[in-house]
This record gives sequence, structure tokens and C-alpha cells, in this order.
Amino acid sequence: MLSKRNKEVLFNPLSKDNPVLVQILGICSALAVTVKLEPAIVMGLSVIVVLACSNVIISLMRKTIPTSIRIIVQLVVVAALVIMVQQFLQAFSYDVSKQLSVFVGLIITNCILMGRLEAFALSNKPWPSFLDGVGNGLGYMIVLVIVAFFRELLGSGTLFGLQVIPQWCYEHGYMNNGLMILPPMALITAACIIWVHRSRNKDLQENNK
Amino acid sequence: MKALRKFMDKLKPHFQEGGRLAKLQSVYDGMETFLFTPNTTSRSGVHVHDSNDLKRSMITVVVALLPCLLMAMLNTGHQHFLALGVEAGWGEKFLFGLLAMLPVIVVSYGVGLGIEFIGAQIHHKEIQEGFLVTGILIPLIAPINTPLWMTAVATAFAVIFAKEVFGGTGMNIFNVALVTRAFLFFAYPGEMSGDKAFIKVDSALGYGGSMEQQAADAFSGATPLGHVVTGDMGNLPSLYDAFVGFIPGSPGETSMIAILIGAAILLFTGVASWRVMVSVFAGGAAMAALAHGFSTPTYGASLLDVPTQLCLGGFAFAAVFMATDPVTGARTRTGQYIYGFLIGVLAILIRTYNSGYPEGAMLAVLLMNAFAPLIDYCVVQVNIRRRLRRSRATKPEVQI
Repeated sequence: MLSKRNKEVLFNPLSKDNPVLVQILGICSALAVTVKLEPAIVMGLSVIVVLACSNVIISLMRKTIPTSIRIIVQLVVVAALVIMVQQFLQAFSYDVSKQLSVFVGLIITNCILMGRLEAFALSNKPWPSFLDGVGNGLGYMIVLVIVAFFRELLGSGTLFGLQVIPQWCYEHGYMNNGLMILPPMALITAACIIWVHRSRNKDLQENNK
Repeated sequence: MKALRKFMDKLKPHFQEGGRLAKLQSVYDGMETFLFTPNTTSRSGVHVHDSNDLKRSMITVVVALLPCLLMAMLNTGHQHFLALGVEAGWGEKFLFGLLAMLPVIVVSYGVGLGIEFIGAQIHHKEIQEGFLVTGILIPLIAPINTPLWMTAVATAFAVIFAKEVFGGTGMNIFNVALVTRAFLFFAYPGEMSGDKAFIKVDSALGYGGSMEQQAADAFSGATPLGHVVTGDMGNLPSLYDAFVGFIPGSPGETSMIAILIGAAILLFTGVASWRVMVSVFAGGAAMAALAHGFSTPTYGASLLDVPTQLCLGGFAFAAVFMATDPVTGARTRTGQYIYGFLIGVLAILIRTYNSGYPEGAMLAVLLMNAFAPLIDYCVVQVNIRRRLRRSRATKPEVQI
């Protein structure tokens, strides 16, 4: 089940081939849903589900889809899955779906999805495609969670809505950083993560000399 | 001087390759070139060196900022005793202001230079002196009541993300001091505006402050523009006060006289571009006249006449010390006119028609910083096209 190649397919997107950190895809939603941890995790899970399922479906149909209309077919599959996820969230976790508002629907336009369908699912069997979907979704979710962790901690002083910065800090003049809640800091936080990631992985650095 | 030279020579071997402190070579290098003019010459090609190097231009700007700094201290003390309703002499006022501003200056320089030094050690580069000016600008543009830790965080953010990541001094896109202020302004909006930010009521390093810590009745610490934006036109200072500088505001920006002295120093030494400076004032005056022509009570600031608009708030300070930053501004001559004029227009436009921001100079300069390269590009392209057309007209046989 998990041959060497499949393992690479599953685990490479977590770090070395991370869709957000290395391929710089899906940045837009990473800005929008990372003010708090909870919506970030739900968003990450939604993307994993949609990505894994659509990868499998497209992979099953890969030999029957005419090349000229493959984008439309992919969009139909992804859109159907996204609507299912959206309905599921509205039914079982209404508050979070309210917070995520339009961004669950916008998973359709997430570059990671089309990227994986085009680059992987169209030319691979269903099982590796499934692993690839899960791996890339996880890679996306990890980044979202790290960004949301810092933004919620520094911007609101909470984690998962619970107060973690003690009251006496505020009494001694500490204040939440309002800039962390604004979108620019999501970009800068993501940039810092990319910075750390690249300085740890020397092979990702371009050769400047 | 000779003793100092001897001392530096004695230390030198330790910092060179193989010495005990070789890792701190750039620190030594920085100190040595700070104290003495380096006597090294280029080895290849023909180079003409002007002794007016980066260090000297930086120091000139710092000197030009001194009148503003002194007036800032005096005014900080003046506003403090005024708010408390206590009579005090000029000496006491100045002392209070000095004690109030000193910690901010120390924190700003400490954090900024600290990061620069560490960065230089990591990259084995020379320490660059770009922070000399930024470090003195920050205390002058941050409200006096900003907690020191906020100043430290904002300075660190600005030096790392506005300067070091772009490659250090001379490579930054945005003015570092203004990024510091923008960070403070957006991260801690409650502390940066309103009527508590601009006048220090409590004691400074144990000096000043009244026993009961009570501000005088009917006292309001909002800046004149803060009053205007809420539609309160009764509290405006006289034009004379605004010109001399005894009004509430960020420390450096209040005194028009001090700013003009600074401007004279910058222009006389040729450090700043008069094109930018003049066109900022021209743009500001044009926009202020326009706004005044269509004045409505909905936008309080549009009721102000042109000289008041130019004297109040950070407009003049931004025009003289921020817009003229040679690194972040436009470099072509035509470009400098356009760049400055748009800064002036935008500053007054934001100030007048956006009630969320009583002062627009900071945002105007930062916005135009982003557009400066584009302005330069367009000016250069237009010039190239013009000359091409001219050469085609005179020599029709040349095919390009």
C-alpha cells in the first residue's frame, strides 16, 4: 500500500514540496482564514477532503476525459465536492461556517486544487492520487495552522478562543497587536515561515553565485 | 586624537583574520571609520571620491534635526505643565522634555543599532550608518506617550522588514522611520491617537507630574487636527502658536520654525532635494486651496485656510525630512517634482476627506514611496523616446 514512491507522494508536500511554502500556491485563502485557529483548521480539513476526493474522482476518469474539455470537467467535480462540504459545515458547525463565509466556496478557485488535478491526478492511478491529495491538503493545513497560531496569539491573546496571555500582562501595559489581525501580517508571517523553511533546507535555495 | 589612533591601532590585530575577536571585525571597522577617515583607495579603474560620504550626509541630517529635537523637548515640557495647570519656567519645561524624550531616543537607537550590528556580524558586512537618522526620527514622530516596549517592537519590525530584508541601507523601498510609525499606528491604534497620546501628563523619570496626577479642568490633549476632524473648530490654536510650535502633536512636528531651520540646513548643504521640498508644499497648498474653496462642515479640515493647513500636523515635517529621503524618493529631476507634488496633494486629501485619519502625511509619503520607482521609470522612458524622435528627425538615414 505504502511503497517508497507512495510515501514520497504523501510526505513530500508536507515540507520539501509544500504547496504554500515552496510552490507559493493558495496564498489568498491563507490570508483570509487565519485570524483565528479554529476556522484555519476547519478550512484545512475542508481542503484535504475536497482535494483527496477530487483527485480520486479525476484519476478514475482520467482515461475518458477528452483533453480539450478537461478543465471544465475538473471544475464540475471540484464544485460538486465543495458544495457538499459547505452543506456539511452549515449543518454540523454553523458558527465556523459563518466565520469562513465565502472562503469555503472559494476552495474551487484555490490554485492548489487545479494544480494537483492537472499535475498529478490526470496521469496517476487513484490510490497515489488519493495520497497526493491528502499530502498536499495536509501541507496546506500545516502552514495555515502555524500562521493562525501566531496571528491569534499576538493579535487577540487567545488560542482556540481561550485566553492564554494572562491578565497581569495586560495590567502591566501589554496590548494586543492590532496589525496581526489585518491581512498584511498574514503575508509577513507566511514570509517568515518561508524564510525559516528555506534556511533549514539548503537545497531549496537558488544558487546566487 | 593621536592617543585614540594609537588605541585603535593597538586593538586592530585582535579583530583581523585569526585574531581573538575576528568575528566582530565589522564592529571594529565601523568604529574606526566612524572616528577616522579611511585612507584606503580603490585599486582598479578611475574613481573620483567626494569627501561628502554617507556618514557625512547622515550627520548633516541629524544636525538639521537638532532644532526640531530641542523644540520638541521644550514643547513636551510646555504642554505637560500646561495640562497640569502648573506655572513653570523655560528651564523646567526643557528639563522635563529632555527627561521625557531621552528614554525614547535610547530605546530607538539601542534596538535599531543592535539589529544592524547583529545583521552585519552575520553577513560579514560593514556596518552601515543608515540608522543614525532613522533613530532620531523615530522619537520625533512617535507620540510622546507611546510605551517604550511598543517603540522597541515597532523599531525592530521596521528595521528587519522594511530595511534588512531588502538588503540594508540604501536598498529599502519604504522610509524606515515612517514604517515604524505606521506599525505603531495600525498595531496599537488606541495608544496612537485621541486625546491621551500626545501630551505626557505623568512624571518623566521621576521629574514633573503633580501630586494629585490630575489634569486641569477643561483640558483636552487632542491635536488641533484631531479637534477639527470631530468638527470642533473652537479649539484651534492661533497661527502664531502653530508656527512657533506650542501646540499638541507628535514631538518633532509641531514647530514650523524649527522645521524651516532644518530645511535651510539641508538645502544649504545640498543634502536634500529642493525640488521635492518645494513641490510637496506646492501640492499641499494647491490641495488645501481646492478643499477650502469647496469647504463643507461635513469635513472639518476643509474649513482651514491654506497657511493653517500647512502649519498644522506633520505635513511640514514630512515634507522636509521624510519626502526628501533620497533612498525612497524619486531620483530623476522631473520625477522629483511629480513625486513631491503628489505627496502634498495626498497628505491634504487624506487629512481632509477621511475622518478615520486626522493626519495623512505619513500615509501619503509611504504610498508615494511605492510609486517612486514607477515615476522614475516613466520619466526615463519619456526622455528616451523624445531623444530617439529627435535623432530620427535630424538624421533620417539612421534606422533603429
